[in-house]
Amino acid sequence: MAVTDIASPPEEIQEPSGLSSGWGRRLFIAIPYIWLLVFFLAPFVIVLKISLSDVILARPPYFPNFDISEGWQGFLAMLRVFDLENYVWLAEDSLYLNSYLSSLRIASISTLLTLAIGYPIAYAMAKAPKEWRATLLMLVILPFWTSFLIRVYAWIGILKKEGFLNYFLLWTGIIDEPLMILNTDTAIYIGIVYSYLPFMVLPLYAVLEKLNISLLEAATDLGCSPLKAFWVITLPLSLPGVWAGCFLVFIPAVGEFVIPDILGGSSTIMIGKTLWVEFFSNRDWPVASAVAILLLLMLTLPIILFQKQQEKQAEASQ
Amino acid sequence: MTRFNWFNTTTLTLGFAFLYLPIILLMIYSFNESRLVTVWAGFSTRWYQSVFLNESFINAAWVTLRVGFISASVATVLGTMAALVLNRAGPFHGKTLFTGMIYAPMVMPEVITGLSLLLLFVSLDFARGFWTVTLAHITFSMCYVAVVVSTRLVTFERSLEEAALDLGCTRFSAFIQVTLPIIFPAILAAWLLAFTLSLDDLVIASFASGPGATTLPMKIYSQVRIGVSPEINALSSILIAVVAIGVVTASLVTKQAHVKRIKEERMAINSI
Amino acid sequence: METQINTQPACEFAPWEDPVQKPFVRFENVTKKFGDFTAIEDLTLNIYEREFFALLGPSGCGKTTMMRMLAGFEYPTAGNIMLSQSNLHKAPPHKRPVNMMFQSYALFPHMTVEQNIGFGLKQEKTPKKEIKRRVEEMLSLVQLEPFTKRKPHQLSGGQKQRVALARSLAKKPRLLLLDEPLGALDRKLREQTQFELMSIQEQLGLTFVIVTHDQEEAMTVASRIAVMDHGKIVQVATPAEIYEYPNSRYSADFLGDVNIIEGQLDVTTGKTASLAWAEGETPLAISTKLRPPAGTTAWLAVRPEKLHISKEKPASADNCIKGEVWDIGYTGNISTFHVKASNGSILKVQVSNREHLADRPITWEDNVYVYWEKGAGVFLER
Repeated sequence: MAVTDIASPPEEIQEPSGLSSGWGRRLFIAIPYIWLLVFFLAPFVIVLKISLSDVILARPPYFPNFDISEGWQGFLAMLRVFDLENYVWLAEDSLYLNSYLSSLRIASISTLLTLAIGYPIAYAMAKAPKEWRATLLMLVILPFWTSFLIRVYAWIGILKKEGFLNYFLLWTGIIDEPLMILNTDTAIYIGIVYSYLPFMVLPLYAVLEKLNISLLEAATDLGCSPLKAFWVITLPLSLPGVWAGCFLVFIPAVGEFVIPDILGGSSTIMIGKTLWVEFFSNRDWPVASAVAILLLLMLTLPIILFQKQQEKQAEASQ
Repeated sequence: MTRFNWFNTTTLTLGFAFLYLPIILLMIYSFNESRLVTVWAGFSTRWYQSVFLNESFINAAWVTLRVGFISASVATVLGTMAALVLNRAGPFHGKTLFTGMIYAPMVMPEVITGLSLLLLFVSLDFARGFWTVTLAHITFSMCYVAVVVSTRLVTFERSLEEAALDLGCTRFSAFIQVTLPIIFPAILAAWLLAFTLSLDDLVIASFASGPGATTLPMKIYSQVRIGVSPEINALSSILIAVVAIGVVTASLVTKQAHVKRIKEERMAINSI
Repeated sequence: METQINTQPACEFAPWEDPVQKPFVRFENVTKKFGDFTAIEDLTLNIYEREFFALLGPSGCGKTTMMRMLAGFEYPTAGNIMLSQSNLHKAPPHKRPVNMMFQSYALFPHMTVEQNIGFGLKQEKTPKKEIKRRVEEMLSLVQLEPFTKRKPHQLSGGQKQRVALARSLAKKPRLLLLDEPLGALDRKLREQTQFELMSIQEQLGLTFVIVTHDQEEAMTVASRIAVMDHGKIVQVATPAEIYEYPNSRYSADFLGDVNIIEGQLDVTTGKTASLAWAEGETPLAISTKLRPPAGTTAWLAVRPEKLHISKEKPASADNCIKGEVWDIGYTGNISTFHVKASNGSILKVQVSNREHLADRPITWEDNVYVYWEKGAGVFLER
């Protein structure tokens, strides 16, 4: 049944029941479009502009300032003052290079840890009795609705020297001396894994839940052991979920500020934190802008890869 | 494979313990008498009292709620419009850029979004405060709204709109009478998401805000940097409880409606 | 509702044969393109008032596009569509006296049966009392009175179908379009509903245009059928005419089962053409008025139930082919013998099973004769 004529319109060509044409349609498109142009795109142009400017002791603390009343001449004059000084500065001072590299390192390690912890959880959820799955799913999503800051904060009480974890480990006799975890990279890993776990579990669960059980039965029927069947059937088929989850954790983790600031020590530098310090403490807006531009460039590759992967997924599911 | 086996049970127990133990500990110790947060010294609600007596907390909460309400509402309108533009407006010049601007804010590091908006407000000479935070929140929430509503529109059965047109509706009245009521649950969910995102945001608000407009996360952050305090535990517990009760209630209501519907559908099939 | 069996009195109702009658719907050289894809190509078609007209074809043949152009969801790229002699141009759907019943029913899930049926009238600002009266009338027409307050998800498939029908009839459209209206129903219900549809159409005296890919459905309900292929109309005629006298292999094959034998035209004498179909075999005789030149490729189409089969050579038959029983399909009331002729082609012969299975004398690998009268076959030039 349900024979649809392929002669009915290919989606984009004609939209008989879409938005009406003419001025109404134009206005309808224009409102969200202009909003995003003004509040999303324009700010980036400004960041780019300021990253090319010089810092001065004034309000606002950068030079040159573009004055619209000076018109085209003013614009040209402004262009002439632009230079790459801030970027040169970033390249020369090893602090920045180190923070970029350590951001990448911390984000990568945390992503792998999140995958290692998230995969078994997603797998167990997908294998749980059907009537339980909705509840389990809600339990995974629930923390996402509660404050990120509070969830990170909750770990201070656990990880600090006289915190619950040390208290517990000393009590069981596993250790004799309290561990120093807070203000180390380990604390940051724990914080990122904890905060971003739902982002990993949800896409994994989505693919694992759809996985047809008869595929595994066919594999065991053809002589695979359950472990081998997992390795040759389940794992390859869940790869799209693995990729989606990894991108969803990695991309925000690179630019993370709250976790390294609250759980990390002064020796751990991540680029989000460097930007924050540059901006709020040093009040060097041009350097902060240059840091932002470079961070953005660094994220372009994973974002594009993520986008490509999502498109591939969307095509495959059609 | 419809029962739990030991491996899955252990995994789920450990996994959910990891997710919930920190929050539960925090909530338990918010009732601790002692100021030393990790040493139990008896039950007390004194920290809750001191939260409610702390005027700066109350003020910050009020600012946060207002920002959240206004930004979620405006973002829902703009985001729904954006979703309709993405799904229903057909091709137009700059559609790729538009789609990009909808998805980009969601993967953008918050520090960059915050910084860029602040620099915009400075260049435009906006006085930073309540309204700049609200504008910032509208901008990033509307993208989430657009995605949530878009997902619903993609699965929306177009023949319903066509039926309305066929029965004498104009495009506008078909949207109001048919499309809007059917996608309304998604719009409501999008509003809640936008509201939560706004309540939750620290980084963007810190950049976009100015004197006199301290939101609750900003307030908590300034306290947290000093260390663990029982007052913050109490405040956090209140926030978590409110959200948890809200989310659990909402999902129970949805589940019940779903169960009822399935039952009715079964009955309908049996009656010819 | 009583199901009256309509025996289609072709002699009484045949406005398409009356030169004075003006068509109610007229497609005039209509072309419809979607980008590079041509869905409808230079198509002209007349549909008369009170007809139950079927557009029949496989998916992608353009039948749904025709319907959507009538409803106003698409506009022709070229050509005109006329409704009672006035050009529809680009009138939007809500300005046409045409209603449509959707394949998916498209019932509004958030409205009750009553609200769904009254929806169209509400748009016209009909007084509440009048809407209520009309809704009740429609509910009794489709026998759904007890379900007034139910929502679509509380209805079975058959009930949904009837709500959809009632909703599209509530505004008293002059033309009702039905897009695969019975596609989602199971076989038994579909047959019953076909007769209901016919009786409603008769009762209300409306013009119905139905789109379907189910030839049986089209033959049951329609006064005339347009067989479509790739945006063009292959044949427009009554079901009986198309079945008995298809004008092409395509429409012969689309309606019912058929044997098609290809050959070269040998000679045409009087009203009989003879077709050389295999070397060393007697040419086949077909009655036809057509006189194409000898040597052209042509086809003979003959329905399996018009063929006879026997083990002995018939004493006299216009056409007779010797072959071997290749396969037998048994479907209860009839048996279909697949007979392989000398050139390897397979002929299907249907025999009704009046006798018991054990008495059937013909079995696998038997040598048999298949024979038929020259008037049983149809001569096809394309």
